[in-house]
Amino acid sequence: MNKPLLSITGVSKFFGDVTALDDVSVDIRENEFFALLGPSGCGKTTLLRVLAGFESPDAGSVTLGTQSLLALPPNKRPINLMFQSYALFPHMSVEKNVAYGLQREGLGKDEIRDRVTEVLATVGLTDKASRRPAQLSGGQRQRVALARAIVKRPQLLLLDEPLSALDRKVRAEMQLELKRLQHEVGITFVVVTHDQDEAMSMADRIAVMSEGVVQQVASPVDLYSRPENLFVADFIGSSNAFRGTASEAGVQVEGLGLLPGTVGASAGEATLVIRPEDIRLVDQDQAVLTGNVVDTQFTGGSSTIALSIPNHAAPVLVTCQGSASVTRGETVHLAWDESRAIKLTK
Amino acid sequence: MTSPAAQGRGAERRRALGARFIFLGPGLFYVTVFMAIPMVLVLSYAFLKRGRFGGVKMEFTLDNFHRVIESVYVSVIGNSILIATITTILALAIGYPTAYAIARLPRKWRNLALVLVVLPFWTNFLIRTYAWILLLNSEGPLNKGLMAVGILHEPLDLLYTRGAVVVGLLYAYLPLMILPIYASVERLDNSLIEAATNLGASRARAFFTITLPLTLPGTMIGAIFVFVPSLGNFIVPELLGGGKTVMIGNLIRDQFLKARDWPFGAVLALIMVALLIILFAGQAAISRRINGRGRHA
Repeated sequence: MNKPLLSITGVSKFFGDVTALDDVSVDIRENEFFALLGPSGCGKTTLLRVLAGFESPDAGSVTLGTQSLLALPPNKRPINLMFQSYALFPHMSVEKNVAYGLQREGLGKDEIRDRVTEVLATVGLTDKASRRPAQLSGGQRQRVALARAIVKRPQLLLLDEPLSALDRKVRAEMQLELKRLQHEVGITFVVVTHDQDEAMSMADRIAVMSEGVVQQVASPVDLYSRPENLFVADFIGSSNAFRGTASEAGVQVEGLGLLPGTVGASAGEATLVIRPEDIRLVDQDQAVLTGNVVDTQFTGGSSTIALSIPNHAAPVLVTCQGSASVTRGETVHLAWDESRAIKLTK
Repeated sequence: MTSPAAQGRGAERRRALGARFIFLGPGLFYVTVFMAIPMVLVLSYAFLKRGRFGGVKMEFTLDNFHRVIESVYVSVIGNSILIATITTILALAIGYPTAYAIARLPRKWRNLALVLVVLPFWTNFLIRTYAWILLLNSEGPLNKGLMAVGILHEPLDLLYTRGAVVVGLLYAYLPLMILPIYASVERLDNSLIEAATNLGASRARAFFTITLPLTLPGTMIGAIFVFVPSLGNFIVPELLGGGKTVMIGNLIRDQFLKARDWPFGAVLALIMVALLIILFAGQAAISRRINGRGRHA
C-alpha cells in the first residue's frame, strides 16, 4: 500500500450559518486516482478550494508529504487545479496558456519550450499550439486545461468536474484518456464530481460526501457492495430498502416478516438494503416476498422490473439478464442470498 | 415563370424586410438626419470658400486646409491635445482603481456606488463648472482652507490656469472613464485570476498578465470617452481657463459664431472627427487582438 501523500485532518469550514465542511478527514495516497463524490452543495468543491488555497478552513489541518499546506499561499502550493470552466486565458494562445505556469517558476526559455511541446504532444494538441481558446472545441479546451495543469508537474492534481462541460460521447473518451494520462504522468489525481458513473469508472478510491460530511471512503467495488450507511447505499447505484428491527438472521419488517440478511448490524433498528441484481425471481415455495409487476424496462443487456409489494410503500426493483420474462400485472416471487443483503443502522 | 412557392417565399421575404424596417426605421432616420447629413455638410463646407456674413460660397478651394498648419493653429491644436491627454491620464489613474474597487464590492453595494459616480450628471454642466470657479478662486474655500492650516501664506492663483482647465475637464468626464472600465472588470471571470494564482502568479503578476490585458478594451473605450470630449470642450477652458487657454473647441465655435469663417471651422471639426476615427480603429484592433477573434492560425 502506498503511503499517504495528502492528509486532511478534521477540516471544517463555515459560510455564515452554513456548514460547508464538517470535520472532514481523508488520506489520499501517492499515485492514486481519488474521487470526491457527492450531490451539489455537499462541500466537495469547497474542500477542493481549501486544498488549492482559495478558501481557508475554520478548523483542521492539511499536510502534503511532511509540510503543512495551509501555511503556504495559493501560488506557492505544489498543487494544480483544473477548473470546471477550464479558466483558459482567452487572450493567450494554447502554447502561452500552457507556458504561463512555467514562466512563473522562472524557468529558461528553452526548457519552457521543450516542456510545452512535450505536454501538447501528450494531450494530442501539437497542431493547435498557436490557436486561441475560442477557436477550440470543448474537448480540446479541456485538454489545454489539463496540459496547463500537468506541465507544472504538481505533486497533486485537482480536477473540478473535469468532464461536466463535455457531451456524452466525448466524455466517455476523456474518461479513458484521463486514466491513461494519470498512469503516464504518475501524478496523484483528485477528481471532484457529482456523477457516480464517472467516479466509479475512473477512481481507485472514492470519498462520498453529503452535507459537508464524508460518508464513506472506499474503492468503487466496496462502496457498491458494502455501503456503510443509507446515504451511500442510496446514492451509489439503485437499491431496495426495508426498515425494521435487526437480528442475527435478518431484519424483522412489519407486515413483511423476517427478511434474511447476515451482513451488518445484528440488533436494534435497521434498514435492510438489497441491490436489484441480487434479487432473484423464484418459485412460490422459496419465496421471501411476493408482489405484482408494475412495470418492466428493457435497457439493452438487462431489464429492470418494478414490483409493488403489499404493506411496502416504495416499489421494489429487480434486475435480470436479457429481456424480462414477466408481464405487467403478473404475480412474482422473490428471494435473495442472505449474504448479499446488508443491515444498516443509519 | 416563378412557381407559386417561390412567389410565396418572395412575399415572405418582403414582409421580413418590412418588419426589419419597422424596427430599424427610427434609428436609421436619426442617424441619417442628425449624423450623416450634417457630416456631409461639414465635409463639403471644408472645400468651399467662406461667405461674407457666414455661410459658404459655392467655389472649390483647398486654402482652408493650408491654414491649419499656420503656427497659431498648430499651437492651439497641440495645446488642446496636451490638455486632453493630461486629463485622460489623470482620469485613468483615478478611474481604473475606482472602477476596480466598485466591481469588487459586494453586489448590493455596487449599484449604489455606480449611482454615486453618475450623480453629478443630474446637475447642469454649466452650474457644476461655475462651482469650480467658487472653489478655486483666491477667496475660495480651497485657498482659505490651505491658508488656515498654515500650508499657504498667500493665496495661490488656482483659477484661470491650465491646471484649472484640466481639473474641470477631469471632473466633468471622470464618470465616462469609470463606467466602461467597471463593465469590463465586472465581466472578468474571477476563476481566471484564481487559475493564474494556482499556476504560481503573485497577485500583482496576475493583475498585470490577466486582469489588465483583459480589461484593456474597456479601458481604452473609457480613455476615448474622456479624451474626445475634453479635446472639443469649449465651456471649461472659457470659464476656468479665463480665455487664456484656447482649445480647439473654442476655435471651432469662434470660427462659426464670431469669425464667421464656416469653411475653416469645418476643417477644424473634421480634424477632430478624423482623430476620433483613428482612436476607435486603434481600440478595435487591440480589442480584436485580445479577444482572439477573426484570427485563424
